[in-house]
Amino acid sequence: MSETPHFVSREPFDSEATVAAGSTVSLAYMEASQSRLIWWRFLRHRVAVVSLAFLVVSYLSILVVEFLAPYDMQSRHTDFIFAPPQAVHLFHAGSFVGPFVYPLDFNLDLDTLQREYTPDTSQPLPLRFFCQGDPYEFWGLVSGNRHMVCPPEGGSLFLLGTDRLGRDMLSRILSGARISLTVGLVGVTLSFILGITIGGLAGYFGGWIDSVVQRVTEILRSLPELPLWLALSAALPVTWSPLLIYFGITLILALLDWPGLARAVRSKLFALREEDFVVAAEMLGARPRRIIFRHLLPNFMSHLIASASLSIPTMILAETALSFLGLGLRPPITSWGVLLSEAQNIEAVALYPWLLLPMVPVILTVLAFSFVGDGLRDAVDPHHHH
Amino acid sequence: MIRYLAGRLVTMAWTLLAISVLVFVIIQLPPGDYLTSYIAEIRAQGENVTVDKIAFLREQYGLDKPLWEQYLVWVTGLMQGDLGYSFEYNQPVADIVGERMPLTLLLNVATVIFVYLVAFPIGIYSATHQYSWGDHGLSFLGFLGLATPNFLLALILLYLANVWFGTSIGGLMDPRFIDAPWSLEKAASVLSHLWVPVLVIGTAGTAGMMRRLRANLLDELNRQYVVTARAKGLPEHRVLLKYPLRMALNPFIADLGSLLPQIVSGSVIISAVMSLPTTGPMLLSSLRSQDMFLAGSFLMFLALLTVVGMFVSDVLLAILDPRIRLGKTTIR
Repeated sequence: MSETPHFVSREPFDSEATVAAGSTVSLAYMEASQSRLIWWRFLRHRVAVVSLAFLVVSYLSILVVEFLAPYDMQSRHTDFIFAPPQAVHLFHAGSFVGPFVYPLDFNLDLDTLQREYTPDTSQPLPLRFFCQGDPYEFWGLVSGNRHMVCPPEGGSLFLLGTDRLGRDMLSRILSGARISLTVGLVGVTLSFILGITIGGLAGYFGGWIDSVVQRVTEILRSLPELPLWLALSAALPVTWSPLLIYFGITLILALLDWPGLARAVRSKLFALREEDFVVAAEMLGARPRRIIFRHLLPNFMSHLIASASLSIPTMILAETALSFLGLGLRPPITSWGVLLSEAQNIEAVALYPWLLLPMVPVILTVLAFSFVGDGLRDAVDPHHHH
Repeated sequence: MIRYLAGRLVTMAWTLLAISVLVFVIIQLPPGDYLTSYIAEIRAQGENVTVDKIAFLREQYGLDKPLWEQYLVWVTGLMQGDLGYSFEYNQPVADIVGERMPLTLLLNVATVIFVYLVAFPIGIYSATHQYSWGDHGLSFLGFLGLATPNFLLALILLYLANVWFGTSIGGLMDPRFIDAPWSLEKAASVLSHLWVPVLVIGTAGTAGMMRRLRANLLDELNRQYVVTARAKGLPEHRVLLKYPLRMALNPFIADLGSLLPQIVSGSVIISAVMSLPTTGPMLLSSLRSQDMFLAGSFLMFLALLTVVGMFVSDVLLAILDPRIRLGKTTIR
């Protein structure tokens, strides 16, 4: 074992420079705004950062679903009903061809009356990229037909299989993201508004308003959510348009979610109400609304956002469950829950297991939101050290 | 203690009354009523319904009275054990429900016991072995359990049982016991069928419960009195069992309040997927067909289940913690 060389810097020691170097770091830290500090603390939570990146990519992708999906989500391929997922290959007969698929041969088993698809491995069909495919109306405004990837000429590209009408599952899952990912956001926004308003009234005024709100939240929190959601969505009129139903469902989700937020707002307000700066604002003649929104809310807004982000996964799961049971969103609106409702009976699952694939994005999104919510909650709480 | 119990009982009665109003409003919400669709159905079959007949039916079902009167009739009926009349089945609700309510109760109680039995040791293990591979693995499983919609878990289990054993595991008992009087064999059959739905419904609850027990126990384990106990030379298991575990137990039991609604919710959807002979599937069909009294009794029953369950958890807490039964202070 060699001896460690004794190292002494020959540079003259400049005490001022050392202090300055140290202080620039702490200066950046001290000058940082509250939100920047929270952001720095959040970055330390590695799983949460990865989850956030995943969510950002997912939400950006719902902007350009039409371009990403190989097919239109409604286009039917009657020759390919319940076709299994096709694999993408790179090598054909030992030589490199580039990404390609084998065409599917259809055969009806006359004994069991089952559809059987076998890949015809004699001819490779190379995929086309940035090509022209099913036409679409981009956001209902611009019409186009460019897709990132298209089926080969004269072939098909069902990477995740097809459903009972021969519709491409991958395209349907991508399109379903538009509804499933926004249900939680819209629902949480509504519940946020309800929670802040009601909790704010209870916490600021106290007295009988507070006791009424307390009782109501207690009752709502002690009720099993799903049966109530079911009953409420069964009450949505059948004559409503799918879009109205969508907003109706988000409202129903929000109606049972706000009590938790209202309680948080109320207890925080109770703690802050006695602070000197509130008394000062009252003395200066500020009205309740100004005091609540200007002086009190900013004090715990970050906490609220963190706890609200934790109820997004609950809402996504609830929408999935409602639609699965047929009491939530209805076709032609497509969400992951609506897609999963196709896989309701055990026969479908046993014969066509790819119908269960929409559960993968559900699980991933819910996990990501839970991690981001956890990370946010830890980041906004300066006293929390776990 | 008696005073505390009496207070809680009064609160429970008020809560149930408020819930009954809420449930009644909800089942009245859909436009039209069962009779309207019933008459439309008869007309569609080509038969004629006279105005007199409609009026007669309305009067018979009490649909011509003002809403508050209908509510009073319904609630007083409920209190006397009269659950109302099902339009769809043309029978009193009490006759159709049969074994469904006790079986629902059994399913939910079994799930609660399962959740506590599983979450307790795992939570303690995770807390005492923080950041070990075991802790990380169990936490990951827990998160997965929280994120997977439980009805899909049920479907997958059904599917796997189908593939591996070639059997269907739906239902709560062997088909030959359905509608049979209760016997020891029937009870054994129910017990052997119970574990799948219990496992599926309990997964999310177990996951949440063990996360919270872990967090609570970790908070306690970092306290100075634990260091003191260790410094005095107490063996490790004694340090754990004697002090921090007892402190972490309170919120663990109080959690029943949030666990129960979750389990009851889960049991509804799982029962529908696995077609269990509980309230779930019938609640769904009655909601679809606007069979309001049937839906109302089921909703009331499920709410009753959680409210009574919370009462039990409060009583348990009061027995466990003298601060609650003697003073006005509440934990949390």
